[in-house]
Amino acid sequence: MEVWALQLFNGLSLSSILLLIALGLALSFGLMNVINLAHGEFIMIGAYTTYALQQAALSFTGDPQSGVTFLIAIPVSFVVAGAAGYVVENALIRFLYRRPLDTLLATWGVGLFLQQLARSIFGAPNVQVVAPPWLGSALTVTSDLVLPIKRVFILALVTACIGGLYWYMYRSSEGRRMRGVMQNREMAASLGVSTRRVDSFTFALGSGLAGIAGCALTLIGPIGPSLGTFYVVDAFIVVILGGLGQVPGTILAALIIGMLNTMLEFGTTAVVGKVLVFAMVILFLQWRPAGLMRAKGR
Amino acid sequence: MTTMSSIITVVRNASAPVRVHDRIGSWIAPAIMLAVLLAAPAVLSDFRIALLGKFLTFAMLAISLNLIWGYAGMLSLGHGVFFGLGGYAMAMYLKLESAGGKLPDFMFWSGLTELPFFWAPFKYAWFAIPMTFVVPAVLAGALGYLVFRSRITGVYFALITQALALIVSILFIGQQAYTGGTNGITNYTTIFGYALNAPSMQLTLYYASVAALTVAYLLCWWLISSRLGRLLVAMRDDENRVRFSGYDPAVLKTLVFSLSAGIAGVAGALFTPQVGIISPTMMGIVPSIEIAIWVAVGGRGVLLGAVIGAVVVNGAKSGLSESFPAVWQYFLGLLFIGAVLLFPSGIMGLLRGEGWQRPWWLSREQIRGAISRLVPGATR
Repeated sequence: MEVWALQLFNGLSLSSILLLIALGLALSFGLMNVINLAHGEFIMIGAYTTYALQQAALSFTGDPQSGVTFLIAIPVSFVVAGAAGYVVENALIRFLYRRPLDTLLATWGVGLFLQQLARSIFGAPNVQVVAPPWLGSALTVTSDLVLPIKRVFILALVTACIGGLYWYMYRSSEGRRMRGVMQNREMAASLGVSTRRVDSFTFALGSGLAGIAGCALTLIGPIGPSLGTFYVVDAFIVVILGGLGQVPGTILAALIIGMLNTMLEFGTTAVVGKVLVFAMVILFLQWRPAGLMRAKGR
Repeated sequence: MTTMSSIITVVRNASAPVRVHDRIGSWIAPAIMLAVLLAAPAVLSDFRIALLGKFLTFAMLAISLNLIWGYAGMLSLGHGVFFGLGGYAMAMYLKLESAGGKLPDFMFWSGLTELPFFWAPFKYAWFAIPMTFVVPAVLAGALGYLVFRSRITGVYFALITQALALIVSILFIGQQAYTGGTNGITNYTTIFGYALNAPSMQLTLYYASVAALTVAYLLCWWLISSRLGRLLVAMRDDENRVRFSGYDPAVLKTLVFSLSAGIAGVAGALFTPQVGIISPTMMGIVPSIEIAIWVAVGGRGVLLGAVIGAVVVNGAKSGLSESFPAVWQYFLGLLFIGAVLLFPSGIMGLLRGEGWQRPWWLSREQIRGAISRLVPGATR
């Protein structure tokens, strides 16, 4: 029983990170019909921002485990990755709307460039972010079920992000405009919504969320220039399964993929688990080609 | 809005009607190129010929991608997988022949005691060589039919093939006992009973690559100038219209995707003996997407463009990446961006005088202003 509870928890933990990454992709696809292959590099930017902040704090205070630095790093990663996304959108992607395949290639180029930039600045080997001491302990539920606080913290962080996104999309006027453009771009534009502004803000928001995911990933393991590539393909699968551009579908899909991955890996091996998940997604698309949730557009 | 619509118009023009009957493009230039390739061993050193032979297998791979991307509009980001599968099928034959009836070394190290059943028939060349085409073609056919039947196109298709690249490469890394794991399959000594590293054998393999490339080129050329080729271009531009005209795009697309994967597999089969190794690094996400840049640099929608692109980009890579690896990575990144935005019709487009695109960050007025400042009195 405890074993399954632990697997459930691990699945939830993986799902939450996948979700944070996939949301940005889903939003920008829903809005602009582009997929950003450099999305993984925004994760990497978030992770290295956390690392750089810690190095800076280390040189000032001499204490590598300052718990406050990590808390500061979360919003800073969001802002840095979001700013990077804003720049990429304005300099490149906005010229490529309606050319989705070309966007894939151009953003892959951006990703290669950013990876090499990280390699030039921080070096090719992986680096380690020291987790603050208050995240080092574990939550003992029963004697057999011990949950690492790190993972619980990530879960809480993602929940907070989803809450924030919900508020932004459904409670703020900025978010209302975004939903308007998603539903009908021409109509929103003719009613005076600046679609340019909505596009670049949404893109920056998605990139920022990836940055937070990167910050969270520093708690799980060492980080390197190609950190993002590993997670982003799973996030693509989540977005495809969820129905491109659908936030509720993305949440559901992230849960399903994360859980399936963890459960199947537990039953077989990591590799076989991934192969099975891929096969299941392809077969699922036979039944519902548009994914779990369909776009209700006009 | 004007900038966007003008870019869209430019792109339409760049990728619009495929000029199949362009005589220079389809006969004279390829014939000259073939003559150059046949004469190359007389001029170049053995080392250069080995390198060129490798590039030719890449050119064949690029042709196979150009067939489905340039003509049919399906961007596969998993073509490295099909190249790799062909390469592995050949490697299985080479390894078994080199092992001389014994168990291949990596299987022994992984604790296997007898040859897995699916390895056994690969000791016969008459089985292994057709398999280099059949295995990738069947995989692509199965995946393609499922994907195209549910009308998955464009970005979805690209992402699914990318996931395929990830999954097959980790599968090959994970199953060390059967695939050699990360190291792949290497250390071959003989092919058809002859020593593999003899210069005469390397030259034979080079000519085999030239021949295979020529056959692949002619096959694709015949295909795209046939009725099927017209349908492919029609599907790229408006799939529903083709469907309403009574054709089944799913079947047509599956057929072409499968053929393309088979060609990629044969390219892989020629790659393995020339380079002496096949490993999962050839089939992952990164090598698979690089194929697209060869095609884009050469000129998508032009068969010869893929050949030129593959040779030029790989030539630049082997020149630059050895001495300045970091510079090469930056350059490759910029090449992806530039190939899409500045010269979407590639080298072939430049040769045909379609020219460069206006730099995307400048408006028409800005360029006109800059020209009139530089050349007073210029109207355009």
